[in-house]
Amino acid sequence: MDYFLLSIVTFIPAISALILLVVARGNDAAAALVAKRFALFATGVTFFVSLFIIAQFEPENTGFQMVEEAEWIMGLKYKLGIDGISVLFVILTTFMMPIVVWASWGIEVRVKEYMIAFLLLETLMLGVFMALDLVLFYLFFEAGLIPMFLIIGIWGGANRVYASFKFFLYTLLGSVLMLIAMVVMYAEAGTTDIESLMLHQFAFDDFNLFGFQILGGTQTLLFLAFFASFAVKMPMWPVHTWLPDAHVQAPTAGSVVLAAILLKMGGYGFLRFSLPMFPVGSYIMTDFILWLSVIAIVYTSLVALVQSDMKKLIAYSSVAHMGYVTIGIFAANQQGIDGAIFQMLSHGFISGALFLCVGVIYDRMHTREIEAYGGLVNRMPAYALIFMFFTMANVGLPGTSGFVGEFLTLVGIFKVNTWIALLATSGVVLSAAYALWLYRRVMMGDLIKEALRTIQDMSLRERAVFAPLVFMTLLLGVYPVLALDLIGPSVQSLIDNYNSALSIAGIDGNTIIASH
Amino acid sequence: MELFVIFSPLVGAILAGFGWKIIGEKAALISATLLLFLACFVSWFLFIGFDGDLRIIEISKWMSSGSLEAYWAIRFDRLTAIMLIVVTTVSALVHLYSFGYMDHDPNWKHDESYKPRFFAYLSFFTFAMLMLVTSDNLLQMFFGWEGVGVASYLLIGFYYKKPTANSAAIKAFVVNRVGDFGFALGIFGIFYLTGSIQFSDVFLLAPGLVDQEISFLWTEWNAANLIAFLLFVGAMGKSAQLFLHTWLPDAMEGPTPVSALIHAATMVTAGVFLVCRMSPLMEFAPNAMAFITFIGATTAFFAATIGLVQNDIKRVIAYSTCSQLGYMFVAAGSGVYSAAMFHLFTHAFFKALLFLGAGSVIHAMHHEQDMRNYGGLRKKIPYTFVAMMIGTLAITGVGIPLTHYGFAGFLSKDAIIESAYAASVGGYSFWMLVISALFTSFYSWRLIFMTFYGKPRGDSHTHTSAHESPKVMIIPLAILSLGAIFSGMIWYKSFFGDHYSVNKFFGIEETEYHSQYNDDNHGSSDVKNEGLSNHSSFYMPSGAIYMAPDNHILDEAHHVPKWVKLSPFMAMLLGFILSYIFYIWRTDLPQKLAENQRPLYLFLLNKWYFDEVYEILFVRSAKFFGRLLWKKGDGTVIDGFIDNLSMVFIPLLTRLAGRAQSGYIFTYAFAMVLGIVVLITWMTLGTGS
Repeated sequence: MDYFLLSIVTFIPAISALILLVVARGNDAAAALVAKRFALFATGVTFFVSLFIIAQFEPENTGFQMVEEAEWIMGLKYKLGIDGISVLFVILTTFMMPIVVWASWGIEVRVKEYMIAFLLLETLMLGVFMALDLVLFYLFFEAGLIPMFLIIGIWGGANRVYASFKFFLYTLLGSVLMLIAMVVMYAEAGTTDIESLMLHQFAFDDFNLFGFQILGGTQTLLFLAFFASFAVKMPMWPVHTWLPDAHVQAPTAGSVVLAAILLKMGGYGFLRFSLPMFPVGSYIMTDFILWLSVIAIVYTSLVALVQSDMKKLIAYSSVAHMGYVTIGIFAANQQGIDGAIFQMLSHGFISGALFLCVGVIYDRMHTREIEAYGGLVNRMPAYALIFMFFTMANVGLPGTSGFVGEFLTLVGIFKVNTWIALLATSGVVLSAAYALWLYRRVMMGDLIKEALRTIQDMSLRERAVFAPLVFMTLLLGVYPVLALDLIGPSVQSLIDNYNSALSIAGIDGNTIIASH
Repeated sequence: MELFVIFSPLVGAILAGFGWKIIGEKAALISATLLLFLACFVSWFLFIGFDGDLRIIEISKWMSSGSLEAYWAIRFDRLTAIMLIVVTTVSALVHLYSFGYMDHDPNWKHDESYKPRFFAYLSFFTFAMLMLVTSDNLLQMFFGWEGVGVASYLLIGFYYKKPTANSAAIKAFVVNRVGDFGFALGIFGIFYLTGSIQFSDVFLLAPGLVDQEISFLWTEWNAANLIAFLLFVGAMGKSAQLFLHTWLPDAMEGPTPVSALIHAATMVTAGVFLVCRMSPLMEFAPNAMAFITFIGATTAFFAATIGLVQNDIKRVIAYSTCSQLGYMFVAAGSGVYSAAMFHLFTHAFFKALLFLGAGSVIHAMHHEQDMRNYGGLRKKIPYTFVAMMIGTLAITGVGIPLTHYGFAGFLSKDAIIESAYAASVGGYSFWMLVISALFTSFYSWRLIFMTFYGKPRGDSHTHTSAHESPKVMIIPLAILSLGAIFSGMIWYKSFFGDHYSVNKFFGIEETEYHSQYNDDNHGSSDVKNEGLSNHSSFYMPSGAIYMAPDNHILDEAHHVPKWVKLSPFMAMLLGFILSYIFYIWRTDLPQKLAENQRPLYLFLLNKWYFDEVYEILFVRSAKFFGRLLWKKGDGTVIDGFIDNLSMVFIPLLTRLAGRAQSGYIFTYAFAMVLGIVVLITWMTLGTGS
C-alpha cells in the first residue's frame, strides 16, 4: 500500500483531462497552445511519477507488488498491482505519451478534445496493465477503445469511417466472447480476483460438444474465448486486416499509440490470463498458435513488400513483429517469454518511431504514397539518419533493441519446434528486403520531384521528439539486461506454475526441454 | 590496450559523423584517421608481443535470460591478433588513401559535404569488424557480423543518387541476411545443444556433439555436422561463396577504397575467420567440412572463370576475391586452418593493394572503369603501375619453386594447394584449385596488359590528362606492396611451417597431439556431462585453432610429391603465357575466340546467369506472392468475409444508434456497458443467492 502510487499514476492523466475539459475555454490558437502545453505537462508528470514505480519495484519478488485493493460499487472490487510482466508496459505507456503529445504540436482542429482523448486513453491503458480484477480489466480493456475510435473517427483520414468500423467489428467479436468467458469463470471460481483466478484450476476434462470432442474441456473453450479477443488485438493472422486500415486512417499520434501500446494488450493478455489460468488449454492450442504466428511473419512480410502506402507497409511489418511475440509466449520457456516481452517493449519504441517518421513527411507533403517521394536524403540529412536508424532497428540489427527480442524468442522456439524456428527466422531476410526497399524509394536517389524541392529538414522540436526513442532503442540494444532483469523472475515463476499445472494434468509438456 | 584498439575507430566514427560540424571537416577527418593509425600501431605492438596465451577481457554483461548469458568481452588469442593487424592496417591505409581518392569526387556538388560521412562509415565499419574478430561469444560475433553488413550496405550505397548503387546496397544486405539466417539458426542450435554461446563452453562441449543426434525439421541429424553446416551458411553469405556470391560483384558500386577495405581485405574474410574460430567444432563435423571444401573449391573455379572475361577493372578484382576466398575455404575445410589464415593474411595485403591500385588508375582516368578504354598507362602512372605489378606477382604466386622464397601469394596459395592435395579425396579440390591458379594468372595479367600495355584506347582526352595520384594515395600503395612482397616469407614458418612452430604461433600445447582420442559410446541423455569429464583431460581449447589428434593434413601437406608442389607454379606460368599471347602478341585472338565460342563467352560474361535466375526465382516470385496474398488473401478472402458479415451487422447497429457516421462508437459504448451490466447482474445474483 505504497501511497496509492499505482492509482496516482493511473489517474493523473484522467484528472488532467477533466481539468482541461472544465477549465480550458476558447477555440483560438492561444487556447490550443495552452491545451497542448497542459497535456504535455500532465503526461510528463505521469511519466516522472511512474519512475517511482520502477524505483520501488523489487524484481526478485515474483508476486504482485504495490497492490491496492478497495471495495467498489455493486460488490465489485477495485484492485491494482504490478509484477515483472506488467511493470515495463506501464513504463512504456507513460514514456510514450509525452512523446505522442509533443509530436501532435501540428494538430489544429479541436485541439482541446484531442488532448482530452489522449489523456483519457492513457489512464485506460495504464489501467489495463495494472488491473487485478477481471471486471476492472474488462472495463479498462474495452473502454480504452472508445478514445481510440474517436481519435481515428474525428482526426483521421478520408476513409476513417470504414477503418474504425472494421476495427470495431473485429474487436466486438472478440469482446463478446471474452465477456462470456469471464462470466463462466466467475461462475466456476466464484471470484473475479485475478490473483485468486491464477491459483484456481479450471476443469480440463475432455467433453463432447455438438458432436466435437473438446480436448482440455472448459480450459480450451475459455482459452479460445480469450484468444479471440487477444488475437484481434495483437493482431494475429488472419484477423489482422483492421490494423493496416486503422493505421492508415489514424492521425500520426493515433498510429503511434496504436502500434506502441494498444497492440501490446493482446500479448499482455496471453501472459496474464491464458498461460496462467488455462495452462492445459494453452498447451493444447500451442501448435495452432505457433503456426498462425509463423504464417503471420511470412505472409505479412511478403505483403509488406508490395505496399505502396508507407503506413500500410509499417503496419504489416508490425503484424510480422507481433508474430515473434506470440511465438515467444507459446514457446513457454524463459528465453521465449523474456524475448516476447522484450520484443513488445522494443517494438513500442521502434514502430512508434517509424510512424513518427512517416508523420514528419506527411505533415509536409500530406501524402503517404511512397511514389510521391524520392531523394529526400538530399534535403533532409537529419531525417535520413533517424529514419535509417529505426529502419535498421526494425530489421533487428544487433545493438538495437529490435534484435534482442527477436533473438530471444527464436532461441526459445528452437527448443520447441525447429520448423517454426526456421520459418520465423526467414522473416529476418524478408524484413530486410521490405524495410530497405522502402527506405530506398523514399530517401535515396536524386531529388527530382518538383514538389519536394523546398522540403525542410526536421525542426528542433521534431528532433527532440525522436531523441528519447533513439536513446532507449540503443540503450536496450546494448544493455538489455536493464529490462531483462526486471522481467526474468516473474517470467520464471510463470513458467514454473505453467509446467507444474501441466504435470498435474498429466502432460509432461515442455518441462524437460524448458529446464535448460 | 585491446579496448583502445576497438573503441578508437568508434570514437573516430562519431567524430567524423557528428563532430565535424563543431571541429571542422578537415580536423574531423584527420582525427578519425589518426585514431586508426594509433589503433594500428597498438595492434602491431600487441601482435608482435603476443605470447600465444588466451586472454579474456570482460567489458560488461549484455544479455541474460535464464541460462542464456552473453557478455561484451574481448577474446584475445592468435586468431584475434592476426585479424587485428589485418583490419587496422588496411583500414588505416584506406583512410589515408581516401584523402586523395575522395577529394573532388565528381558525384557530388561543391557545397555537399560527403567526406565526413564517408570517413564515419569507414571508421564505423572498422569498429564493427573489430567487434567481430575480438568476440568471446557467438552473439557478439553476430553483432559484429551484422554491423559490418550495415557498414557495407551504407558504403556500397554511398553514391545514393545512383540507382545502381542503391540496388547493389540492398542486394548486399539482403543476400547477407540469407547467410545470417543460417548463422542465427546455428547459434540457436548451439545454445540448444550446449546450453551456452560462450566460446570456451562451446569448445569444451563440442567433442560431445559427435555422437549426439538433433532433430531438426523432418529428421534426425548429427549434431556437430548440422551446426557446422548452419554456421557455414553464414560464412557463405559474408564471404560470397557460390550461391550467395551475387552481391559481391555488384558491391563494386561503392567507392574503390571501400572495395579494398571491406570487399577484399577484411569483411569478406569474416566467413573464413568464423570457420577457423569454430575449428574445435569443425574438427568434429567431417561432413560439413567436406561440404566447405567442395563449396570453396567450386567457388574458386567458378569465380575465376567469370573473371576471365570481365571488362570492368573492379569486377575482375572482385571475382578474383571471390575465387581467393574459395581457396581459403578449401584450406579450412581440409582442416589446415593455419593455411587458411595464412592466405587470409597475405591476401589482405595484395588484394587491398590491387584494389587501391585500381582505384589509382580509375582516379587517373577520371572515373573510367572499363579496361577496354585503358591501354599504355604504364608511363603515365608509373608508381601505380609498379604497385599493380607487385600485387599481380603476389596474387599469381610468383616465387622460386621448391623454396620458400617468393611473393606473399606464392607461399600462402601453394600452402593451400598442397593441403588440398593431401586432404582431398579423388583430388577434386586440388585440381579445381590448380585450374583456378591458371585462370587467376590469366585474368590478372590480362588486367595488367589491358591497362598498362598496348596503345591507349577510348577517349583520347582522358588519356592525355591522365595523371599520377597524389602522395596520400601512393604511400598506402607502397606500404601494402611491402606486405605483398614480404608477408609470406616472414610468416611462412608461423602459419605453415613444421608442427612445432605452428603450434607455438597459435598457442597450442604440443602435448595434445600425443593424447589419444578415446571414443566411448555415450548415452544420449547426459552427453554433455560425460563429454566434459571424458574429454577435458586431453582436450582443453588452449590454442587459437584446434586440430584433432587424427588430423595430420598439415604434416602430410609438407610431404606431397614434387609435381604437386610445382603444379601451381606451372599453372601460373601457363596463364601468363596465354595472357601474353592474347593481349600483347596476337590482340585479335580474344575477339575471335569470343566469336567462335559465343555461347560459352556469353555464359561467362553474364556470370553464369545467376542474377537472372535469382531475379525470377526470388525477387519476382516474392513480389508475386506478396501481391497475391495482399489482394486475394487479405482483400478478397479475409476482408470479403468481414464485409459480408458487416452487411448483416451495419444496418442493425446503425438503426440502433441513429447516427450513421459515428454511430458505431456509441453502439460500441452501449454494447460494452450492456456487457458490464449483464456481468454485474450475474454476479450480484450469484453472490446474493
